[in-house]
Amino acid sequence: MLANFIPTTAEYLGIMPEIILTLAAVLIIFLEAAMKPGRKPMMQWIAVISLGFAIFHALHAPEGIAFQGMLAIDGMANFFRVLVMVAGLLVVFGSSDYLTRENADASEYYALVLFSIVGQCIMASANELIMMFIGLEISSIASYVLAGFLRDDPRNNESALKYFLLGSFATAFLLYGVAWIYGATGSTNLATIHTSLLSGDTGHASLVGIAAALIFVGLAFKLSAAPFQGWAPDVYQGAPAPVSGFMTVGPKAAAFAVLIRIFTLALGSMSDRWLPIFWGVALATMLVGNLAALWQTNIKRMLAYSSIAHAGYVLVAVAANSGTGSAAAMFYLAAYAFTNIGAFTIVAHFARKGEKYVAIEDLAGLSQKQPALAAMMTVFLLSLIGVPLTGGFFGKFYIFKAALDSNLVWLTVLGLLNSAIAAYYYLRILVVMYMKEPGESTDNLPVASPLLQVAIFGSAIMTLVLGILPGWVLDFATRASQ
Amino acid sequence: MNLLDLVLFLPLLGFLTILILPKESSRMTAMLLSLAIFVLSLGLLSPFLADTLPAGYQFISNTSWIDSPAIRYHIGLDGLTLWLVLLSTLLTPIAVLISWNYIDHRVKEYFAFLMLLEFGVIGVFVSLDLFLFYVFWEVSLVPMYFLIGIWGHDRRIYAAVKFFLFTMAGSVLMLAAIIYLYNLTGTFDYVSIQQMIQSGALTFTPQTELLLFLAFFIAFAIKVPLFPLHTWLPDAHVEAPTAGSVMLASVMLKMGTYGLVRFCLTLFPNAAHESAPWIGGLAIIGIVYGALVALVQPNMKKLVAYSSVSHLGFVVLGIFSFNQQGLDGAVYQMLNHGISTGALFILVGYLYERRHSLEIAAYGGVATPAPNLSIIFLITTLASIGLPLLNNFVGEFLVLQGAAKANFTWTVFASLGVILSACYMLWLYQRTFYGKTSEAVAHHVPDLTTREWAAILPLVALMFWMGLYAQTFLPAISAQNTAILNQMQRNRVVNAATPAPQTPGVRNAR
Repeated sequence: MLANFIPTTAEYLGIMPEIILTLAAVLIIFLEAAMKPGRKPMMQWIAVISLGFAIFHALHAPEGIAFQGMLAIDGMANFFRVLVMVAGLLVVFGSSDYLTRENADASEYYALVLFSIVGQCIMASANELIMMFIGLEISSIASYVLAGFLRDDPRNNESALKYFLLGSFATAFLLYGVAWIYGATGSTNLATIHTSLLSGDTGHASLVGIAAALIFVGLAFKLSAAPFQGWAPDVYQGAPAPVSGFMTVGPKAAAFAVLIRIFTLALGSMSDRWLPIFWGVALATMLVGNLAALWQTNIKRMLAYSSIAHAGYVLVAVAANSGTGSAAAMFYLAAYAFTNIGAFTIVAHFARKGEKYVAIEDLAGLSQKQPALAAMMTVFLLSLIGVPLTGGFFGKFYIFKAALDSNLVWLTVLGLLNSAIAAYYYLRILVVMYMKEPGESTDNLPVASPLLQVAIFGSAIMTLVLGILPGWVLDFATRASQ
Repeated sequence: MNLLDLVLFLPLLGFLTILILPKESSRMTAMLLSLAIFVLSLGLLSPFLADTLPAGYQFISNTSWIDSPAIRYHIGLDGLTLWLVLLSTLLTPIAVLISWNYIDHRVKEYFAFLMLLEFGVIGVFVSLDLFLFYVFWEVSLVPMYFLIGIWGHDRRIYAAVKFFLFTMAGSVLMLAAIIYLYNLTGTFDYVSIQQMIQSGALTFTPQTELLLFLAFFIAFAIKVPLFPLHTWLPDAHVEAPTAGSVMLASVMLKMGTYGLVRFCLTLFPNAAHESAPWIGGLAIIGIVYGALVALVQPNMKKLVAYSSVSHLGFVVLGIFSFNQQGLDGAVYQMLNHGISTGALFILVGYLYERRHSLEIAAYGGVATPAPNLSIIFLITTLASIGLPLLNNFVGEFLVLQGAAKANFTWTVFASLGVILSACYMLWLYQRTFYGKTSEAVAHHVPDLTTREWAAILPLVALMFWMGLYAQTFLPAISAQNTAILNQMQRNRVVNAATPAPQTPGVRNAR
């Protein structure tokens, strides 16, 4: 009997990415303490190399249920793990200049990013509610610290404190929901919950309903879905710009992985109850995000509201409640990851020391001073609008295709009209960059360092590749969603 | 890789080349490339000049772009799109030529965007895959947005954003309809969907058909623009640089009317027939309203812009007459409007370059210092009014004849537009070119330069050619229109014969 509890090699290989990243993060912390200050640039390369190995292992992980049903190393897990790790890689490339400039070049930053990614990887592969909770906590706690990384900056402190207090509150909801589920079904394993709901011996149906509602509240907070989106603008605006870019992508993608697993797998049999709520929340999220973004003058805050709206689009895909819907959500999150990290990297570079230039108007005339940088920003903005030949377009296309497959005509029409509204505020940035004369803020903008250029051009190329040849990522996502 | 692929992708290559090369060479690169593309595109004529016109599409390329969902790179050319493609390839070098001195800052981006625009509009006309069509439809939006927004006049930003948002709002609904069609049929391929409807494999309930029709129709009607969706047009035209106005009026508005003919008529014939009275009514309102507003404009560019609303009303009226003459006239009128309104915008641009004003009141007596300019302007004015022997006459005559067959009341009111067009155009001409020559005009308005002659002469020649010998152009158009009307008729019969099922769906398809 005991032999059954000893993990096999395949199981270890399955969580190799998490193992590599954890070891690398620990190594960074040790080296940070042991090494002279001058040698610090090495740390970032440790992060890069470990992420590279981890991505390789995630792509070659043997699939199957591992660790007594605790983890499910399947296509979906691998898709999301690769997604958050690639996002992490771009963020690492995009951060070093920023940290040096803000005199915050401490290696813990990279360790925290890696820990956060580990948490998200666990969330993506968790097949059991407690594992999900553990993953969520690992990811969140690292993110709380990252949000306040510049500890002398009051905005960073505000951001971190808000994120921490509200985030803990939301996590409590989630955990409470897990307890109710356990009470109703006697299990925390998703597959067992599913069968027990199907067999109908779960006591009163409203028990599970309340549990589902509590879990949804907890996750909706992490996704910044309306009406639980209030924290997002303040947190994303206050946090260091590269961290904001990461937080709009990594934790959100992982939370969507959890949402898809819990609701479409474990609670799939009661979808007629939760689907109407999803439709409403998706619509409200798109509307709140887009309408609020229309009025913003700070580019970080605008991108924060836009990230709320984009969470709404992804919720439409989840609300389609089908394999194509899940695949569409995954594809969209991938396209959005490249687009948004790219945009935030440019914002971080442009803001300069102390994040001085973060008003939209500050970008005036960028196209005349640094045409290449402006062109990259244009690619990201067009992708956020959803103009063809960018990843954002195919993402929207797949999402609304999945929604129409599920006969959600009204939600599709309203969602598409929303994306037309959204075009307005993205166009404002284009207007400022291309149609206004350069001012003091663009005049003294230094050229981006090679590392930053890797992050920016890499994101832009991927955004275009996903818009011209989306097939391979979509295949990956489609296989993953089955 | 056939000739059409080449004509389609060379502009994209031009866009990239201009971006890479230094800005001193942008003008010349754009000029040489766009001329080369035009010369190449003349080769597209060859199958259509034969004694027996070819049936079906020519220069077909059909390869898979994305496997699942099945999106194909499927392009082809027929008698309808041939002329629209040639119009685009002809006007691009002209647009480059008239921008030669007019554009003095950020030259490189300007000519790059012109080439990108050419890529987008040719793509719209040749796409035979609905998805591909939508991609090009949106892609063509981006360069025009920048052309208006960067190189336009004072209120350029407002006009550019309005232009983008109007088109975008309409086209997202079309995207929803395209996806809906895909979910019913499993393909984006226009030809396949068309065959499914024809064979009765695909039928819609009347309600579904109407909604799908409207989703497409609204996107096109905004682009045309049909009253009351026209309000973006005067702003965009007035604020755009000359070449932007030319490309917008001559080519981009035709994307809308082309879409009506190609997609709305054949895919949703019943809904088109049912809504025809309403659409005809709106077209007539547009004709008369556009003309009346043009009459009172103090700004020449705005006057020409409103005259476009009026002229495009004729095109829509012809399309929704559903008969050979009406449709022939509509398509011919698309080309005519491209030539004569394009020429008008060019000439207004010439005046603006000299006097730096678009107000009619700033001119007067221009005929004295610039006789050649006035003669050319006069010919263009007369063409625009629809004087016999010039191009617009043929088109308007056919449209009115077609409309009379469909509904005689329409013709009565539409004829008002012809009369009014004479009023506003001749009055514009009189106020600008006759009368006392002021000091400013005498000093600042010299006659045409060689470069300006070179840009306008091809268009003037075409006005005569298309007016005197329409036989060069009409056979290919007519043949294609006959095919479209036949398809439409067959699809109606099929739909009437097979009672629509409770839920729309595919039978025997795939």
